[in-house]
Amino acid sequence: MLFEALTLQLGYNATLVAVGAALLGIAAGAAGTFLFLRKRALVSDAISHSTLPGVGLAFLAMAVLGGDGRHLAGLLAGAALTSGLGLLAMHWLTRKTRLAEDAAIGAVLSVFFGFGVVLLTVIQTVSIGRPAGLTDFLLGATAGMLYHDAVLIAVAGALAVVAVWALRRPMTLVAFDAGFAAAAGINVRRVDLAVMGLVMAVTIIGLKVVGLVLIVALLIIPPVAARFWSERSDRVVGIAGVFGGLSGFVGAAISATAPALPTGPIIVLTAFGLFVVSLLFAPGRGLLVGWLRHRRQQRRIHMRQGLLAIAQDLPIYERYTLNLLVGAGLARPDGVPTELGHKRAAKACRDEARWAVARRMHSHEATVSRYDGLRPIEAVLTQDEIREIDRQIAGTDGEGCA
Amino acid sequence: MGSEFVMLSLVPILIGILAAVACALPGNFLVLRRQALIGDAISHVVLPGIVVGFLLSGTVNSWAMMAGAAGAAVVAVVLIELIRRLGRVEPGAAMGVAFTAMFAFGVLLLEQSDTSSVHLDVQHALYGNLESLIWVEARGWGSLLDPAALAALPPELMRIAVVALLMVAFTVIFWRPLKISTFDEGFARVLGMRTNLIGLGLVIMAAVAAVAAFDAVGSIIVIAMFICPPAAARLMTNRLEIQVLWSVAFAVFSAVIGYVLAGYGPLWLGAEDAVSAAGMIATVSGIVLAIAALYGPHRKRSGAPAD
Repeated sequence: MLFEALTLQLGYNATLVAVGAALLGIAAGAAGTFLFLRKRALVSDAISHSTLPGVGLAFLAMAVLGGDGRHLAGLLAGAALTSGLGLLAMHWLTRKTRLAEDAAIGAVLSVFFGFGVVLLTVIQTVSIGRPAGLTDFLLGATAGMLYHDAVLIAVAGALAVVAVWALRRPMTLVAFDAGFAAAAGINVRRVDLAVMGLVMAVTIIGLKVVGLVLIVALLIIPPVAARFWSERSDRVVGIAGVFGGLSGFVGAAISATAPALPTGPIIVLTAFGLFVVSLLFAPGRGLLVGWLRHRRQQRRIHMRQGLLAIAQDLPIYERYTLNLLVGAGLARPDGVPTELGHKRAAKACRDEARWAVARRMHSHEATVSRYDGLRPIEAVLTQDEIREIDRQIAGTDGEGCA
Repeated sequence: MGSEFVMLSLVPILIGILAAVACALPGNFLVLRRQALIGDAISHVVLPGIVVGFLLSGTVNSWAMMAGAAGAAVVAVVLIELIRRLGRVEPGAAMGVAFTAMFAFGVLLLEQSDTSSVHLDVQHALYGNLESLIWVEARGWGSLLDPAALAALPPELMRIAVVALLMVAFTVIFWRPLKISTFDEGFARVLGMRTNLIGLGLVIMAAVAAVAAFDAVGSIIVIAMFICPPAAARLMTNRLEIQVLWSVAFAVFSAVIGYVLAGYGPLWLGAEDAVSAAGMIATVSGIVLAIAALYGPHRKRSGAPAD
């Protein structure tokens, strides 16, 4: 069943929903990256919650005008209107008053959402225009999606992807260095507005699929996950798009396999799964790689200390050090060094002495600042320089590292 | 304003007031510390908590569900910290990752488990059921002195009253450390205060308020009351003492006016049913904030250029 869903064999509508969700995910991941890099990820929460009164108002307006009241494009237009108003209110609060952005976000999201809830109860009360299904916008529902709704979502998702592609350069510049961008002649406010516009577009497209409470996740989680995989912004945008698309597609496919698997939450949990995988296994910033790096460093330090101890005929008490030496064939389990162990210890000792001399020589100042007690001296100095150092050691009668 | 009011409206109004005050008190410090969205995060993760509490206990026992909600709040705070520290992710985004994932998990759990027999759904979690907390035994104002009738008060009232008292006590007892560490964390540390403990305590108190208020009124009021009254109060004064008093006044005002507008407003307009009280209370608090932002005496940043 899952295989059929993933290979798009669960019927025309399920396929359309999966493709639409994938496009939505790509657009959300890519657009969300700029919001995330600008450190304003939670602005999307205010935008998404402030769509609810718009949905309610649009429904009322359409119902009063004698329509069905559930025309998707009309509802989304209403959502766009009030989320735009919410965005303006948030900007106004942060610019004109001394409230911080987080307070403005929280105020806008709770008040607009509260007003939306009031409108929903009004709609229930007046009972016009068949209101069933309006609460689907809270959590998304793809089960009863109509063909032209799915097409609308797919087309709008594709347009949003194109818009992100077209605006990627100025948005990247502003995300990293707004001051420089302004000096380079970019209108920072307009670019910020474009990012917000894109986020708003993605939110509104996603209302029907993921729902307004969870669309935020699709804007935040893929960029955060993608950030683990690269230090380059264009790649982060790309990877976030891929993660978002993957979450949308896989999530929609899984949810099509059974009735009690709501689309929005499954998409979000898929994205969260990708985030956990990234957190653990990404190269560079992932936890596993970091842990391995830590272990390697620890091993090198213990090895070095063990060799220096052998050179000075000191007993080795540290279990871990001894195990390492035994494992490398440098010592016997009772702590007595082998032939090879003595040889390597002497080399370590000599290197230490060379380092000591090198640190006193001004000509090597830049090089020896990188001394960490682990790097072999041949790796940073030439043969000639080492010979020069050895001559100095012989002159001062320095004997090893003792 | 007779027996009908006591029976149908007195208890919801009281619960609304107490919930609003319980959230607004810690909200003052959260807003000043730029942690306002913690309330948002906590109120979202309460959903998986109550679902797990329900599934484990098998009943809609409020205590089990509240324990679940409190547990979920703790899990959320830990998860946010883990993502922030281990992943080196900025706090806002870490919060966004954690609370949306947990909320999604809660919705999935709710859909998967058989909760159709009990009144437990997402809508309820979001906007509560303030209107349904009626005092069935009340026969009029005299019932306030009648022990038998008082015993039949909805248990939510007692719980939220205890939590509101707890919030007042917390604010009064820890006033000095809270105030100093909020405005100047470095100075507080120099004085020997454990600033991270104070911060943690504040978040825990906020979680307690959120869970208790959520139980009675749904998460939308929780978020609104954490932020709107304190934010509006912030624009009224430069003194924290006065700000806290303003925020309590705004919270009470929003709860009373919101409830009355929701319950009686539609009747005045000729409609038959009431609208959502939780939504209306949030709306009124937003209007209060808007007025404060337009006319509040201290609405501008000090030193901000006039434009």
